[in-house]
Amino acid sequence: MIFLSNLVNGISLGSIYAVIALGYTMVYGIAKMLNFAHGDVIMVGAYVAFCAMQYWGLPPAAALLIAMAVCTVLGITIESLAYRPLRQAASLAVLITAIGMSYLLQNLALLIWGANPKSFPSSMIVLPTLSLFGGGLTISGVTLVAILANLLIMLVLTTFINRTKMGKAMRCVSEDRGAAELMGINVNRTISATFAIGSALAAIAGVLLCSAYPVLMPTTGSMPGIKAFTAAVFGGIGSIPGAMIGGILLGVIEILGKAYISTELGDAIVFAVLIIVLLFRPTGLLGRQVREKV
Amino acid sequence: MSETIRRRNADTKMVPVPSRSIIPERDLGKMPVLECQHLGIDFGGLTAVEDFNLVVGKTEIAGLIGPNGAGKTTVFNLLTKVYEPTRGSVMINGIDMHGMDTVAASRHGIARTFQNIRLFSNMSVEDNVRIGLHNQVRYGMPSGILRLPAYWKKEREQHEKAMELLSIFGMQDMGDMQAGSLPYGAQRRLEIVRALATNPSLLLLDEPAAGMNPHETQELMDNIIKIRDQFQIAVMLIEHDMNLVMGICEGICVLNYGKIIAKGTAEEIQRNPIVVEAYLGKQKDVGEKEGTEA
Repeated sequence: MIFLSNLVNGISLGSIYAVIALGYTMVYGIAKMLNFAHGDVIMVGAYVAFCAMQYWGLPPAAALLIAMAVCTVLGITIESLAYRPLRQAASLAVLITAIGMSYLLQNLALLIWGANPKSFPSSMIVLPTLSLFGGGLTISGVTLVAILANLLIMLVLTTFINRTKMGKAMRCVSEDRGAAELMGINVNRTISATFAIGSALAAIAGVLLCSAYPVLMPTTGSMPGIKAFTAAVFGGIGSIPGAMIGGILLGVIEILGKAYISTELGDAIVFAVLIIVLLFRPTGLLGRQVREKV
Repeated sequence: MSETIRRRNADTKMVPVPSRSIIPERDLGKMPVLECQHLGIDFGGLTAVEDFNLVVGKTEIAGLIGPNGAGKTTVFNLLTKVYEPTRGSVMINGIDMHGMDTVAASRHGIARTFQNIRLFSNMSVEDNVRIGLHNQVRYGMPSGILRLPAYWKKEREQHEKAMELLSIFGMQDMGDMQAGSLPYGAQRRLEIVRALATNPSLLLLDEPAAGMNPHETQELMDNIIKIRDQFQIAVMLIEHDMNLVMGICEGICVLNYGKIIAKGTAEEIQRNPIVVEAYLGKQKDVGEKEGTEA
């Protein structure tokens, strides 16, 4: 029963990683860059939701929507100011810029909200705690919401990518940017839309993360950000189902590792598993072998 | 079949236009689809294309030939705005292309295929074609999200249009197949269909017959003429297969070291001693080289 409870907790944590990993994987798949500032967009989303509830007294749903709106604007702004001018530059330059953007966001948050940890309100999640097997297994509302949100997001996103005009444009840009332009697809607008969606997801992830672990600091986003990036690579970066599987597996491995092997070594175990998987499958679990174009 | 092509070619009367180019007599009263004046581009110190002057009539099938590395594909890249010209101007349907990007070139009616096939190979055949149709289909965001009847109507129209285009090459039954899984020849044909879907007035074909057997090439020749007649568009093609070029191209332009060395009808080009020297001389070189290696 304890194992089951650990498993559920792992899936819940993994679902949050999966939502964050989606942002990494979409941006990487379409814009071919690693947006290391993604974790910090999560932190901004959580702070905005926190302010909306704590200072302006808004209901949780409104706070979430405001956080999503702010993060969407933030994502588009970051892309157009920092990344778009580097579209033709070497990928290393873009990577360094992304790391710089990550520190910029952290320090801006430090300026605005201060260094003191904020306690995230627990009223965000309204679902009650579920008790199964006569109290043997309790599943908190946050856990349920995280898992359900993850499934819902995955469904909506897959439909969006496969069925809508913008989604198809994204797949085209992902496969061949030059050919997409010749088909009349506006690449800049498509990449902007990708950042908008990724950042809106980051806001959701931020609220979920801080509901589960209610300590909010300017560095809150960085560790989950790196783990979610790991999850995206684990599942095969660029693949949407890969991000989900990678995220959930990572969460489960982390919680089970902490529970049965060593609490201190939890993170080390996660990254060790990543290294082993990449040794045998360099493109990740669901990653496709990319053919180099001549 | 090839007899009809030859006869058609012999019937074409070419008449001079002001910039010392020639276009078919039937296009004389109409705005030329393409007008290049003193077009040139440098890459660093290297002049890849210099003083390129060409007029293509509204329904002309034009050929661009020359030895390897003569700058033929560079001209295509200049016309599709992949490169910005260093000198000179390009007019598409009388509109100056200065400052346009690739997307704008596509919207103004230039479509192309690639020497190395660049389909969206992970998408279905139908989706590849519909990507090209997208920039002509307009439905509002609400009807797209809510799937209103207007959306379904447009979807059905698009499906029918895509099937109609695919049927030019008898590919209407392949709509659901993955583009990357098609045989080589079918991929080349699909690239032409995809280009046609953007509703071009000038279709640029970069080595459309590469890798095709004589039978397939013959079919392609018939289809290029069929496309020109049905859509009333101009076709400009780069090709090494002289049977194809001499068989269907009305005006031929020969490029060597980035400069036009001859322009004229198939007969004129075949008789031109400069062309024979530049073109066949080069081929002899290749033959000798192969001979020494063997």
